[in-house]
Amino acid sequence: MSNVIVCSDLTLGFGPRVVLAGVNLAVAEGEFIGVLGPNGSGKTTLMRAILGLLPPRSGSILVFGKPPPRGNPAIGYLPQLRSRLAGLSLTGRDFIAAAYGGHRFGLPLFGRAAEAAVDRALALVGAEDLAARPLAALSGGEQQRLLLAQALLGRPRLLLLDEPLISLDPPHQAAVVALVRRLQKELGFTVLFSAHELNPLLHAIDRVLYLGGGHAALGTVDEVITPAVLSRLYRTEIEVIRTHGHIFVMAGGHEVEHEAHRHAIGHSDA
Amino acid sequence: MLEKTLEMLAYDFMRNAFAASAIVAVLAGVVGFFLVLREQTFAGHALSHVSFAGATGAVLMGIPPFAGIIVLATLVGIGMGMLGEKLRQRDVAIGVVLAFSLGLGMLFLHFYTHFATQATTLLFGNVLGIDRTTIGTLAALAFVSLAAMGFIARPLLFASLHPELAEARAVPVKFVSVSFLVLVALAVAEATQIVGMLLVFALMVAPPAAAQLLSARFWRGLLLSVILAWLDAWGGIALAYITDWPSSFWITALGTCAYLAAFIMRGNMRTHHAA
Repeated sequence: MSNVIVCSDLTLGFGPRVVLAGVNLAVAEGEFIGVLGPNGSGKTTLMRAILGLLPPRSGSILVFGKPPPRGNPAIGYLPQLRSRLAGLSLTGRDFIAAAYGGHRFGLPLFGRAAEAAVDRALALVGAEDLAARPLAALSGGEQQRLLLAQALLGRPRLLLLDEPLISLDPPHQAAVVALVRRLQKELGFTVLFSAHELNPLLHAIDRVLYLGGGHAALGTVDEVITPAVLSRLYRTEIEVIRTHGHIFVMAGGHEVEHEAHRHAIGHSDA
Repeated sequence: MLEKTLEMLAYDFMRNAFAASAIVAVLAGVVGFFLVLREQTFAGHALSHVSFAGATGAVLMGIPPFAGIIVLATLVGIGMGMLGEKLRQRDVAIGVVLAFSLGLGMLFLHFYTHFATQATTLLFGNVLGIDRTTIGTLAALAFVSLAAMGFIARPLLFASLHPELAEARAVPVKFVSVSFLVLVALAVAEATQIVGMLLVFALMVAPPAAAQLLSARFWRGLLLSVILAWLDAWGGIALAYITDWPSSFWITALGTCAYLAAFIMRGNMRTHHAA
């Protein structure tokens, strides 16, 4: 099985800030990776580097065996920041179609090829009916499904989903995770799925990538979600409590993921 | 009715007014549609005030006011585009530019004391005073602007709806936003010839905003925006002829009515949908 993403001694940062330093990891084709870590630990930064939007400070990153070009059509992306979505009166269908060939100059004519691509993406996420309604009239979970459809346009081989569970309630979170897992099994693409909490992802992911303190740890849940590894990433004493199929990461009697989630509302991750 | 229409069209200045306002309405309907979609109407408003300084400055220097408007508004449009999409202080910066432009315009007026009538024309427009040469200029400028709009429309729509994804897809977001504001500046310059700089919103914001309330589809909304702007302009001029009130008043009144009607109709559609 070939590697989709390979980071060698990768250091990423912007301005005076170093976000990730000396990261080594390899993600194999067809893997479902849960990307976790506190705010500012570099989840979005890593995705931006994979998209070719942020060149490495040092070291290297290879995506499909090459330094990533900006605008790689093999990558589907669902950004964490969706600044314009809430107030849009256009239909979900037009919103998705705008991304089809949206980098090309000319008129957005949404021809037959575009219509077919949009239909396929909508069918994949089961959002054919939602797409006729204005975006502003949809719930957070419904908008999320359309964004996922938009990320699936162009048949990507790698899907980067940045905090798709944020501001969703637990049943909707579970539905999004199950949907991504089903599509990934059907279509065979690789997924990087970032989240603030491990538990909604626990039964879907193949491996977990935990970021913190400028470092990264990639492995199975049993390998990474341990007091030793997490204490190094959080740079504080971490306890891991497993109960009823859930895992809680605790620092000094507080659940760290829960805290991180609460702080994250209304803010963007670095 | 027919008699009145024929009588109206017998006048050269009326035919000129209808031709000029149709040209401007099409451009304003298209550019304004994106302006409302991008929530940049305040930038459009500021550019119309910049054109006041441009026009008065041009008169002082002895060049045509229309040229002054185009040059200054384009430069400021580029400057605003360079400020970027996400800058938190952007509205404040635009507001400061707006105020300073009016101040500068005042200063230029102070130096050029015979300007009072022309100042009113600049501020409130005088569509009945448009000659054939001006129509030619308006048509040429509108043609170039619409061609440029057609060129950037696809990446502009993508960058307007989902800027974060557009950036990741290698859309030249900055180039597209700056180009768009230049086109807004040109559309504002054209609209000032019809309704004056204080009332540019009537043509560039009210019809597209109404269109977006009435249709959730891109192309239908765009077409509706152009039609409403056109009806607004022609209706305003016709009513001005009949009532002998200023055409700018009627154009703003019709624009407001269209927006209000769209607002109410949309409210009704929502209630039906819920029921």
